[in-house]
Amino acid sequence: MTMPKKHSDLAINGDNAVALAWKQIDPDVCAAYPITPQTIIVEKFAEYIADGEVTTEFVCVESEHSALTLCTTSCSAGARTFTATASQGLAYMWEMLPITSSMRVPVIMAVANRAVSGPININNDHGDVMSARDCGWLTLFSENVQQAYDMSIIAPRIAEHPDVQLPCLVNLDGFILTHAIERMTPIDTQIVKKFVGEFKPMHPLLDVKHPVSHNLMDGPLFYFPHKYQMVQAMNNALKVAKDVFKEFAEISGREYHLVEEYMCEDAESIAIVLGSSFGTMKEAVDQLRREGMKVGVAMPRVFRPWPIEDLAKLMKGKKSVIVMDRHLSVGAYGPMFPEVCAAALENKDVPKMYNFIYGLGGADTMVSDFMSVFKDVKDGRATRINYLGVKQ
Amino acid sequence: MDTEICWHGRGGQGVVTANEILAETAIYAGKYVKAFPEFGPERMGAPIRAFARISEEPIRVHTQVYEPDIVIVIDPSLIGKVDVAKGLKKGGFILANYPGTPEELQKAIGTTAKCYAVDATKISTEEIGRPMANTSMLGALVKVRPIISYGELEDHITTKFTGKLSDKMIVKNLSALKRAYEEVQ
Repeated sequence: MTMPKKHSDLAINGDNAVALAWKQIDPDVCAAYPITPQTIIVEKFAEYIADGEVTTEFVCVESEHSALTLCTTSCSAGARTFTATASQGLAYMWEMLPITSSMRVPVIMAVANRAVSGPININNDHGDVMSARDCGWLTLFSENVQQAYDMSIIAPRIAEHPDVQLPCLVNLDGFILTHAIERMTPIDTQIVKKFVGEFKPMHPLLDVKHPVSHNLMDGPLFYFPHKYQMVQAMNNALKVAKDVFKEFAEISGREYHLVEEYMCEDAESIAIVLGSSFGTMKEAVDQLRREGMKVGVAMPRVFRPWPIEDLAKLMKGKKSVIVMDRHLSVGAYGPMFPEVCAAALENKDVPKMYNFIYGLGGADTMVSDFMSVFKDVKDGRATRINYLGVKQ
Repeated sequence: MDTEICWHGRGGQGVVTANEILAETAIYAGKYVKAFPEFGPERMGAPIRAFARISEEPIRVHTQVYEPDIVIVIDPSLIGKVDVAKGLKKGGFILANYPGTPEELQKAIGTTAKCYAVDATKISTEEIGRPMANTSMLGALVKVRPIISYGELEDHITTKFTGKLSDKMIVKNLSALKRAYEEVQ
């Protein structure tokens, strides 16, 4: 007996969801090198290529450094180009990261967030992407498998916009999302294709009628102004992202924002967090609300450009703000903490600011752990910087 | 209310696949699921766990399962070595691949919690030709707690493995599923 499905949703893990988005977009070129927990994305996409379901040219490379070099040049030649990596792979690409962005080519890269060695560790934290945060890439975060898919479709629209022209990192938490099966609502392929549209490179090298050179040497006269142009592009990306989110809501029914908020409006204390922990913290917030605590949680969906105005507005009038960092700049703070503090300074009254470092190297952070964070702040046990769950 | 499940087995015994089949079947039946293996390097023969959270509502919690409603033990050799009853919710139960009675299983685990036993090693050896207990455990599970229906499970296993396993092997797995459904006590 065949049971008809009750809906058209999929049972799919995060990596396969990204690969499905790529298949629907059908980019011109893909080059990548396998690394856990990203591997499934490129394996699945290679299957689509082998089965003739996409027309993408896949280029085998011997390293991540070569992968990103190839992607950068292929995109500057005029091809829509995607790649994916994690952890050491992103570290190995690092030399190329600021070159890709300064060449203003909108390469799309999925990052299956994983701790950076050492000690060697394959589990999730945000050490990889945070080490890339100063490299001029647009940076998006996802809370669950659905969002990893959605962000993969949204990314090229922001990155390729004529006012932006910057590469984009699409983050999904390693294992927690990449290897977890969740229920996901896909979008019809024709609708995805229409939404993402044709790639229109601005100054492609292969346009022989309009010959150009890319990535020339800049003396002091041009280097700084060129960096400033990237600042302007990032500023433009805030508006472009908002517009693209609106358009995406029309095709999907799912609405995204520069900063996602949960129960923040009347909250006295709010936490700011990235990635899958946003979901787990919503549960912590609900449980604390039942105990009478006025708390909320927010996630910067867009981490680069940093949505400083939206964050400032969010923090207005709050008693305390807790920044949850899944990475640590050893000897200082978590990387998001000073950035949230800078946003808080936009307001006349600055809340009490706390930094919690959590979940490094895959340390599983439970709902009760997140609840203890709010309670530690309320009861005066928290200090400026705290290391959740580590014996001190 | 979520149903939280924790699987215990060894690398290579199909724990991850069984969890996947359960998750996919539940999703296609209209439920929400978060299902994943214990994160880390997998080694053949080493004890591993897998987790599933199944709900009528969208799932927001992404952590491992610490207080399962259901514990499923695929490998009887883990009993007495791994604390499989750890964290089991009040009113929860343990379903194990075990050749004895539920009372003997309770004693072997050292628990007063409700236990169900099914000799999945024997069933799979006789039906499939090798001791691959994972599909049998799914058959036993839907008998003692019909989170998904037997029919939905049978249908999804057929769909999932068509083209990947021979028709003969699919039929053998379905026989194991059915026998475990009937024989679990």
